[in-house]
Amino acid sequence: MSGFVVEVADVSKRFRLYHERNQSLKASVMRGRRARYDEFWALRDVSIEVLEGTTFGLIGENGSGKSTLLKCMARILRPDKGEIVTRGKISALLELGAGFHPELSGRENVYLNGSILGLSRRQLNTRFDEIVAFAGLEKFIDTPVKNYSSGMYVRLGFSVAINVDPDLLLIDEVLAVGDAEFQRRCSDKFAELRAKGKTIVIVTHSLQTVREMCDQVALLEHGVLRAVGPAKEVVDRYLGDVFGEDDSTRIDSADGLNVERIEMLNASGLAVESVRTGEPVVLRLHYAAEDTVDQPVFGVSVHSLDGIEISRPTTNGAGVMVPPLHGEGSVDFGIDRLLLLPGTYDITATLGSGAISNGPPDRDHALRITVELGDAAEEHGLVSLGGHWEVAGNGRAR
Amino acid sequence: MTRLAELTGNRELVINLTLRELRGKYKRSTLGWGWSLLNPLLSVGIYWLVFGVFLEVVPPIGRPSGLQSFVLFLLCGLIPWNFLSSAMTFAPEILVSNGNLIKKVYFPREILVFSQICALLITSLIEFGVVCVLLLLAGNMVVPWIPMILLVIAIEAVMAVGIALLLSSLNVYFRDVKHFVTIGLQALFYSVPIVYPIRLVPVHAEIAGIDVPVRRIYELNPLVRMVAVFRDVLYNLRFPNIWDLGYFALWAIGLCAFGWFVFHKLEPRLAEEV
Repeated sequence: MSGFVVEVADVSKRFRLYHERNQSLKASVMRGRRARYDEFWALRDVSIEVLEGTTFGLIGENGSGKSTLLKCMARILRPDKGEIVTRGKISALLELGAGFHPELSGRENVYLNGSILGLSRRQLNTRFDEIVAFAGLEKFIDTPVKNYSSGMYVRLGFSVAINVDPDLLLIDEVLAVGDAEFQRRCSDKFAELRAKGKTIVIVTHSLQTVREMCDQVALLEHGVLRAVGPAKEVVDRYLGDVFGEDDSTRIDSADGLNVERIEMLNASGLAVESVRTGEPVVLRLHYAAEDTVDQPVFGVSVHSLDGIEISRPTTNGAGVMVPPLHGEGSVDFGIDRLLLLPGTYDITATLGSGAISNGPPDRDHALRITVELGDAAEEHGLVSLGGHWEVAGNGRAR
Repeated sequence: MTRLAELTGNRELVINLTLRELRGKYKRSTLGWGWSLLNPLLSVGIYWLVFGVFLEVVPPIGRPSGLQSFVLFLLCGLIPWNFLSSAMTFAPEILVSNGNLIKKVYFPREILVFSQICALLITSLIEFGVVCVLLLLAGNMVVPWIPMILLVIAIEAVMAVGIALLLSSLNVYFRDVKHFVTIGLQALFYSVPIVYPIRLVPVHAEIAGIDVPVRRIYELNPLVRMVAVFRDVLYNLRFPNIWDLGYFALWAIGLCAFGWFVFHKLEPRLAEEV
C-alpha cells in the first residue's frame, strides 16, 4: 500500500500583525472596531505531497514558513486557502511535554499527555513501562513533574510522543534534546520508525540531519515553495542560494583594500577547485588597495556547507606583520598538508586593518572547493587529526 | 457531524483532562477536597447571619413538605447558583490558560471546555449530595426526587457548557471579558432569589406614573426559573412548575447552540490569537 500520507494543495496562510496589541472589549467598543492590523502571508500557494514511508524535510531560513506549514499539517493552524489532506494517525513533536501539569506526578502526566496525543488508556497501560524506560525515569515516575529537571521533563515528553506509534510523525527541531546518550536513543528510534515504513516530516536547520535522514526535501522562502525534490539536490540548491557566488568581483574590503579573488593552487602551482586530503595547497588572495593601507590583516575562513567554521587563520594570529600595501598584489596562505576530509567546503577571505579586527567572513563570495579521498586514515568527520594509534599491554595470541 | 464523532472518539481525553482539573485543584493544600465543601458552607454561614439573622428574612414554608429553614432554603438556591457562577468565573480562562497546549497539540478545542465543566459538575454533585443529606436530616424525603434533581442538573450543565463555550472563545479575542463577567456575576447574584424569597419582589410597581409589571420582568431571567425549579424539587418536594422548567430548558439549549456557534466561528484562528 502506498500513496500520499500528506497532500498539501495550494495552501496559503495569513497572519495578522497587530499595530497595537489591544485585546480589550472596552477599547474595541470605543474605537468601533478591533485593533488595527496588517496582513502577512506566511505561506503562499504551497503544494507538496509526502509519500508513504518517506522522510520529508522542510528547510528554509527563519521566517520562511516551514514551521507554519508543519503546524498546518498538524491541524493546529488552519490554512486560509487551499487544503491539507492527511491520512492515518498523526503525532506532532512541536514542543515536548506540552500539557504536563506541574503538580501531577510523572505517571499521571504520562497518561494525561498520552491521551492528549490520542492514546487510549489500554494502549498506555501496555506501553507505560516502555515509555518510562525510554525516558530513563523509573526512579522518579511518581514525583511531581515540577520537581523534574528540564532535561527530565523534555525526555518524558519525547518518550510519550514517540511511543504514540503514529503513521505520520511531524517533528519541529526537537531532535537536539537531552544528553548524548538520549540523543543516540532518539536517532535509533527514528531509524526504527523509518525502517517500519512510518512517514516523517521534519523541520530543521541542520542540513546534516536533512542529508542523513530525508528522502525528499522542500525548500521554502518567504512562504513560497522554491524547490522540492530529492534531498541532495534541494540542499545543494539551498546552499547555492545562501552562500553562492554572484557576479560581483569584490570579495571583501576594509578601508579601500579589497580582495578581488581567491584561488587555490595545487602542488604544481595550478589553480584548481578540487584536491585530495593530505596534498599541499596554497590559498592565494588577490588584493587591490586604492590607497596606501597601513597594517593590513588578511585571513581565510574555511566553512563546511552547513555553516560550521572549521578554521580561520589570519596574519595577525600567526604574528605576521604585513607591510603597508598599495596597488594590486596577492597574499599566499600555504598549507603543507590539507587535513580536510572528503567533502565540499567554502573558503572566504576576511580583511582588517590596524587595530580594527577582521570582520565576519563574507560568505556570499566564497571559493567552493571539493576535497577528494586522499591519504587520510579517517572516513567520517570534517578534518583529519593526523594522529597515530599505539596499543599498550602484553597481548598474547591464543 | 464529523465533529461529534471526533468528540466521542476523545471521551478518554475528556476524562483525563477532568481528572487533571480535579487532581490539580487541591494538590498541596492541607484541606484538599475539604475546600470544595468548606467554601459553600462558609458562604451559607455569612448569608444566614446577614440575611437570616440581621435582616430577618423569613423563609417560606415548603409546600407540601412543610419545611421551614432559612439555611436549607438558602442552600437549595445557592448550590445550583454556585455551579453556574463558577462555570462563568472559570470559563474565560479555559482557552487562554491552556494556550500552550492549543499552540502545540491538535485536539478538538471544545474538549477543554467540556472537561472544565465536567470537573465543576463533579464538585457540584458532591455539594448536592451533602445538601440532600442535610434535607433528609431535617425530615425532607428527597430520595424519590433524585432522578428529577439529576435531570435539572443536566439541563443546567447544558447551559453551563453553552456559556463556557461563549465566554472562553470570546476572552481569547477580548481579554477583558473576564472582568465584565466578574462584575456581571455580582449583579446577577442579587437578581436571582437565592438569599431572599421571590415573594419579596413586587408584582406591580408604579414608576413615573406607569404601572410596571416588575415580577414579570424579573421572571424573564432564566436563572430565576432555575432556582424556582430547584426549590420545588428539593425544598418543597413537588413537581416543578412545567413552565418554569420549560423556559429554563429552552434557554439552556439556546445558549448552548449560540455558544457552540460562536466558538466555531472563532475557533480557526485560536492558535494564533491565544
